[in-house]
Amino acid sequence: MSEKKFSKKHEWVSLDGDTATVGITKHATEMLGDIVFVEVPESGKSVEKDGQAAVVESTKAASDVYSPISGEILEGNKSIVDDPGNVNSDPEGASWFFKLKVKDKSEFDTLMNKSDYDKFCAENPS
Amino acid sequence: MEEQKTALYNYHKNLGAKFVSFAGYEMPIQYKDGIVKEHISTRSYAGFFDVSHMGQFFLEGNETLVDALEKIIPADLKSLKLNHSKYSFLLNNDGGIIDDLIITKTSKGFCIILNAACKENDVKQIKKFLNKDHKYFLNNDLSLIALQGPKAVEILEKLVPGVSNLKFMTGDNFKFDNENLYITRSGYTGEDGFEISIPNNKVEKLISFFKENKVNAVGLGARDTLRLEAGLCLYGHDLNEKINPIEANLKWAIAKRRREEGGFNGWDKIKKLIENGSEKKRVGILPEGRVIARENTKIFSESGEEIGLITSGTFGPSVNAPVAMGYINTKYAEIGTKIQLEVRGKKYGGKVSELPFFKKSYVK
Repeated sequence: MSEKKFSKKHEWVSLDGDTATVGITKHATEMLGDIVFVEVPESGKSVEKDGQAAVVESTKAASDVYSPISGEILEGNKSIVDDPGNVNSDPEGASWFFKLKVKDKSEFDTLMNKSDYDKFCAENPS
Repeated sequence: MEEQKTALYNYHKNLGAKFVSFAGYEMPIQYKDGIVKEHISTRSYAGFFDVSHMGQFFLEGNETLVDALEKIIPADLKSLKLNHSKYSFLLNNDGGIIDDLIITKTSKGFCIILNAACKENDVKQIKKFLNKDHKYFLNNDLSLIALQGPKAVEILEKLVPGVSNLKFMTGDNFKFDNENLYITRSGYTGEDGFEISIPNNKVEKLISFFKENKVNAVGLGARDTLRLEAGLCLYGHDLNEKINPIEANLKWAIAKRRREEGGFNGWDKIKKLIENGSEKKRVGILPEGRVIARENTKIFSESGEEIGLITSGTFGPSVNAPVAMGYINTKYAEIGTKIQLEVRGKKYGGKVSELPFFKKSYVK
C-alpha cells in the first residue's frame, strides 16, 4: 500500500497497484459531527476525478463525497452503510468508502501529502 | 445588523461550542460531545439549554387585557388560573399562525414566551389590540434556561426547594441567591423538566450548579432532534403564516370555549375547517431503512402522485432511525399509509406514523 494522499474536499486515497481506496478524513468527520447515514456507489460505476461518488449525512446535514481520482468502482464499503457511526470512530482505517480501479495514476500524484493536507486544514478552518 | 449574543456566550465558547447564526443570535449548535451524545444524555439523565434568545414578553393591565389578547390568541385566557400555562399561537386574519407560544397567567397579567425570529413582529401584532390601560415589555435582562431530562427534578430541587411540587405546564416564583426566579415545569424535548427565567447576572451561577451535578450543556442541534422525536413543531419550518392550526393538527390547542364562541383572528376560516376538514394535514413520517428525508423532501403516493412535503426531518438518536414530519393530502393522512419519499432523485419507501415518535414523560 502506498502512503495516503489527500484532496481539498477532505477525502483520502491510498493506492495498491492500480486499486485505490477512498475515504473521508478525520478532519472531515470532526466538521460533520455524528454520521448517521452513508450511501456508497455500486460496483461497475465510472467516476470522474472530483465527481460526486458517495453521500454522507450527519445529524445536521447531507454532504456529497467526491472521488479524488477517476476510475471504475470495484466495491462500496457495506459495513459503514449498515453502521454509519463507524465512520466517526475509524475514518482513515476500516471505514473507507469505496475502492476503484484507477484509470490514470498520474492523478494520484497531483494530490496533497499528509503534511501539506494538515497545513491546508490549518489555513482553511471552517 | 450585528449578531446578538446571550449572557452565556463566553461560557458556551469556553465549553468548546460550535456556533451557528440563528434568528439574529450567535447560538451554540453543539458542544464537544456532539449532537447524538447530547441528545441521549438528556433522555437518560439531564441536559441544560440556553434558550435566552427567545422572547420573554410581559403584559400587565386590567380585565380588558384578557379580551384584547383573546382577539389574537385562541386560548381560554379568561379561565387560565394563576401560574398556569398553555401552548397556543398568534393568528392572522386568515387563521394562519404568526407564531406559536407558551402563555402563562401571572399576578399582574401574562407572560408569553415567543420564538426569537418572530418576537419583534409578534409584539407589533399584539400591540394592535392593546390600549393605554395595558403595559407591555420584552424583557432582555432575563435569561431563559431549560433543564430537561428524568433527573431534572431531583437536581433542581436541591438548589431550589419546592420545584418538585410543580405540575406540567404550571409555574411559580422562587428565590435563588437573593433574586427572584420564575420557574415553570415545561420544555420542548418531550422529557420532564423546567424552564427557568433568571436575571442575566445570575445565570452563570445557576449553570455552575448544573455542571457540578454533571448536567451537560445541550445545543440547538440536539434540541431539534429531541423536539422532532417528541412530535413538536418548529416555527418557520413546520408552522408559518400560511398554515392554520387545523392543518397543523393543533386543534387541541384552540380552547373548547373559543372553538364554540369564536371572536378571534381567522375564526371564520377556522370554523369552516373544523366543520369540513382541511385539504392537507401535518403528520409524522417514518422513512424505511436509514435514508433521511429532510425539509422540502417531496412525498408521493404509492402510485406516484405528489401528495405532500416534508417540513422537518432528521435522524432520531433515541428512536435509532430517521424521523420526519410534513404536510400531506388528508386523503393519505391515515396512520400506516405507505408513501414514497424523493431523496437525491431516488424514491424511497416510508409510512405515515403516529406522533410522537418517542413517548413523552411529562409529570401531570
